Amino acid sequence: MTGDLKIVLEFSAGAELLFDNIKKREITLPSTEKWTIRNLLKWMKENILRERPELFIQGDTVRPGILVLINDTDWELLGELDYELQQKDNILFISTLHGG
Amino acid sequence: MPILCKSNCGNKAVLKRPKTADALCKECFFAAFEAEIHHTITSSKLFRHGEKVAVAASGGKDSTVLAHVLKLLNERHNYGLELVLLSIDEGITGYRDDSLETVKKNRDDYEMSLKILSYEELYGWTMDRIVAQIGRSNNCTFCGVFRRQALDRGAKLLGVDSIATGHNADDIAETVIMNILRGDTARLSRCTDIKTGGSEDSIPRVKPLKYTYEKEIVMYAHYKKLVYFSTECVFAPNAYRGHARAFLKDLEKVRPSVIMDIIHSGEQLRFKDTVKKPTRGICERCGFVSSQQPCKACVLLEGLNRGLPKLGIGKKSKGDRMIANQEKEMALRDKANLVKNDF
Ligand SMILES: [Zn+2]
Ligand SMILES: [Zn+2]
Ligand SMILES: [Zn+2]
Repeated sequence: MTGDLKIVLEFSAGAELLFDNIKKREITLPSTEKWTIRNLLKWMKENILRERPELFIQGDTVRPGILVLINDTDWELLGELDYELQQKDNILFISTLHGG
Repeated sequence: MPILCKSNCGNKAVLKRPKTADALCKECFFAAFEAEIHHTITSSKLFRHGEKVAVAASGGKDSTVLAHVLKLLNERHNYGLELVLLSIDEGITGYRDDSLETVKKNRDDYEMSLKILSYEELYGWTMDRIVAQIGRSNNCTFCGVFRRQALDRGAKLLGVDSIATGHNADDIAETVIMNILRGDTARLSRCTDIKTGGSEDSIPRVKPLKYTYEKEIVMYAHYKKLVYFSTECVFAPNAYRGHARAFLKDLEKVRPSVIMDIIHSGEQLRFKDTVKKPTRGICERCGFVSSQQPCKACVLLEGLNRGLPKLGIGKKSKGDRMIANQEKEMALRDKANLVKNDF
């Protein structure tokens, strides 16, 4: 199984509530396609997003107000949806939509 | 290849600032974030040397970052403030229980004293019991009205000079939008004020994070590894605010400056003298600031205690009718009892 992509997904500040309340998980993506954040989100929606998908995904991107960090860096510096996933990448989703 | 920090420090940038679109490294972001709040505090003269300030602490991200930054700036710039944490326990099982643990952690981390005041102590009712009485539809009216006054009561108890709250730029922009949509000109004219209250009988409220974006607060908390609690009020997420927020977030995608622009618009609005402004006075029952007589908290409380929980939720005239009806019924019942006892 060479070429399969192993990455880590993390959720915090309430975003985990939409994903079975699991804060951190490792996933393996098949090497059949080139993986970007764009199709990762689609994969997440189809496979692990359990509750109220509209609170996480809007159109083909995350709902405004959800911050995305790729290896602890703001995805806005890394091409957002077009960022190409690398082995062992860590993708963190933080919700800002909950009370403060 | 990594993008470098805009301030030429040589470090790798970690975030794009929403306000300026600058790419900054962690250290330069911390410095800019803290310097801007310091600037807000000094340019708006929020505090005076030697004052005692209560930080309204909910355990959420805003108040956690506020407590952290105020402590840091107080020491760095020698504000000479005595900072204390003030928390309100609404008595919502599973919600406040967890968030109060976070506040206690703030207390230990920042070495500040902490006062927790419960609705139970203040009003004789917990939110759990209120919800059991009225159901889930209007409970946030109670939650909000009681909380607003609870901070005033707590501040008085602690003898502080002002209360600092964690309202951030996004919150304030949302509030402007909500007040416009509701036609609430009285609230609209004061919701952008960085300092409110402070007349002879009310304790001033200040908003040091007024110009701080939510994204930066969350990123700051993340990179500083501050622990905060995040769950929406379990009873009812504020649907109206949710819409305003989603609307703003959508606008921000096409116009990143929209948050500051809306705050600016709110600040610049002027109202005709013919627009009625409620006169802020003192509730004759409880003695706290109110533009109504008696204050909303006292009316809601009377409703709960009379077993008429809907009192104070609709129009005042309707409430008066409810009380009158109940008193008529009780008088009738008394009479009936008398008649019965005669036999
Ligand atoms: Zn830098
Ligand atoms: Zn509530
Ligand atoms: Zn009152």
